[in-house]
Amino acid sequence: MAFLDFVPNLGRRVLLTIPNLGAATRFLLRSLVAVLNRHFSIQQLLKQVYGFGVRSLLLMMIAAFFTGMVLGFQGYYALVRFGATSALGTLVALSLLRELGPVLTALLFAGRAGSALTAEISSMKATEQLSAMEMMAVNPFAWVVAPRLWAGIIVVPILCVIFDLVGIFGGYLISVPVLGVDGGTFWAQMQSNVTFSGDILTGLFKALCFGLVVTWIAAWQGYAAQPTAEGVGNATTRSVVTASLAVLGLDFILTALLFT
Amino acid sequence: MAAEALVELENVHFSRGPHMVLAGVDMRISQGAIVSLMGASGGGKTTMLNLMAGTLAPQSGRIRVAGQDLQALDFEGVYRLRRRMGMLFQHSALFTDFSAFENVAFPLRRHFRLSESILRKLVLMKLEAVGLRGAAGLMPAELSGGMGRRVALARAVVMDPMLIFYDEPFTGLDPISVGIIATLIRRLNNALGATSILVSHDVQETFSIADYGYILAGGKIIAEGSPAALRASDSELARQFLGGQPDGPVPFHYPAKDDYATALTGSVAAGEVI
Ligand SMILES: Nc1ncnc2c1ncn2[C@@H]1O[C@H](COP(=O)(O)OP(=O)(O)OP(=O)(O)O)[C@@H](O)[C@H]1O
Ligand SMILES: [Mg+2]
Repeated sequence: MAFLDFVPNLGRRVLLTIPNLGAATRFLLRSLVAVLNRHFSIQQLLKQVYGFGVRSLLLMMIAAFFTGMVLGFQGYYALVRFGATSALGTLVALSLLRELGPVLTALLFAGRAGSALTAEISSMKATEQLSAMEMMAVNPFAWVVAPRLWAGIIVVPILCVIFDLVGIFGGYLISVPVLGVDGGTFWAQMQSNVTFSGDILTGLFKALCFGLVVTWIAAWQGYAAQPTAEGVGNATTRSVVTASLAVLGLDFILTALLFT
Repeated sequence: MAAEALVELENVHFSRGPHMVLAGVDMRISQGAIVSLMGASGGGKTTMLNLMAGTLAPQSGRIRVAGQDLQALDFEGVYRLRRRMGMLFQHSALFTDFSAFENVAFPLRRHFRLSESILRKLVLMKLEAVGLRGAAGLMPAELSGGMGRRVALARAVVMDPMLIFYDEPFTGLDPISVGIIATLIRRLNNALGATSILVSHDVQETFSIADYGYILAGGKIIAEGSPAALRASDSELARQFLGGQPDGPVPFHYPAKDDYATALTGSVAAGEVI
């Protein structure tokens, strides 16, 4: 019974999302081209880059450190059976660079900076700040939305690089001093097996896409929110949930497309 | 009214979905006047201001501001026109992450390249005019409702607009602040040579400063004229509104599909006494 309800419900949900998708896409395009508007300012952009960075940096580093250490343990456990612990450096690095770095960076960014962005834009809407801006002939897309969107696109790959580096360091700490893998082999293997274009660039490309998608969803949810206190709360929750699922779904698509 | 019209509305219709908000409104607002717009809550007054500012577009009818047809203007044209308009919002709408000073400076910074010293002078002059020069450094969260309203007023007029909209500037203020704001509206209108459109429920205060008034009911203008003429009007609608009687031609209720008894009980047989 519940299942029979589930199918039409799902259908209705999908149908309801389609017009929203159109509006959200128009919103994205308007925000992206708003960099050309004379009210777009580089200072605003840098302020947002700094804000996003400061908000997420420590969180990212802690998460990366633990992730790297766990990778060291689990990788060792798997490789030691084949007597292949010399490949541990490669395993840690590839897991982080190709997959865990971009995905976890984006998920943490969605939870930390993305939710704050949705709350900020939706409360600006609820308190008529966006309308006031429009009344003062300042395009809110150029002044508010575009700097935040571009900042997200810029910041997520940078955070991802930091995540990768700290993660690899965490993996090293567990592999070499704790589990006794040879340090020279750890780095040498990593160096000869990780390729710049195949592994590093693929990971950064993913991070760039995730940065765009997370910031887009966060800004759109804020912009489309009901202009009430309750609407702000709902939009914030929806922003994190939607952005996280979108990152995981998109990760699958990108991995499949870029898989070589 | 001999003066030239700054704002003209011709047979303007506007609806929100199935709900008709404005059903054919005509208005002619003279340059330099303070014009009051009164009407029941939810009657479409804020909507009307938004139409005149071009933030909403009517389904039919024409709106002309300063001789330009808003419907014929492109995005840029509307924005250019808006630089000469100011609006005081119903809830102040100050930017919460800027100080009072930066709020007032915002439009100047965005539209002009001014030296910091000239900008400072202009902003402090406007803050002085609303009596809040001393509060320039405070953040919006540190201002009381009335102070916030006055900062928003300074911001609305900092570009020396030709047309100023006031959306319920008196609500929620103590009688002294109401008097101060009313005097300010009059003073600013005269000093800037601007035209002001004032939405308010406060009949006394509004009529003390307005040159002309419109009363909106049921999506139409039901009465217009000078305050004295409106007071003397023998229109039952106008008298009900200005006198504040709950019963009369203007319905207090938003139209509902079913009657109250049905809504309360789910369904009620015709004629049943509850
Ligand atoms: N964003 C919106 N979406 C849908 N309907 C709206 C919206 N804004 C206003 N309305 C509807 O339009 C009508 C007119 O609203 P408006 O805000 O213009 O009234 P008002 O005269 O300013 O009332 P008040 O004196 O209470 O401020 C109302 O019936 C309201 O339900
Ligand atoms: Mg209103």
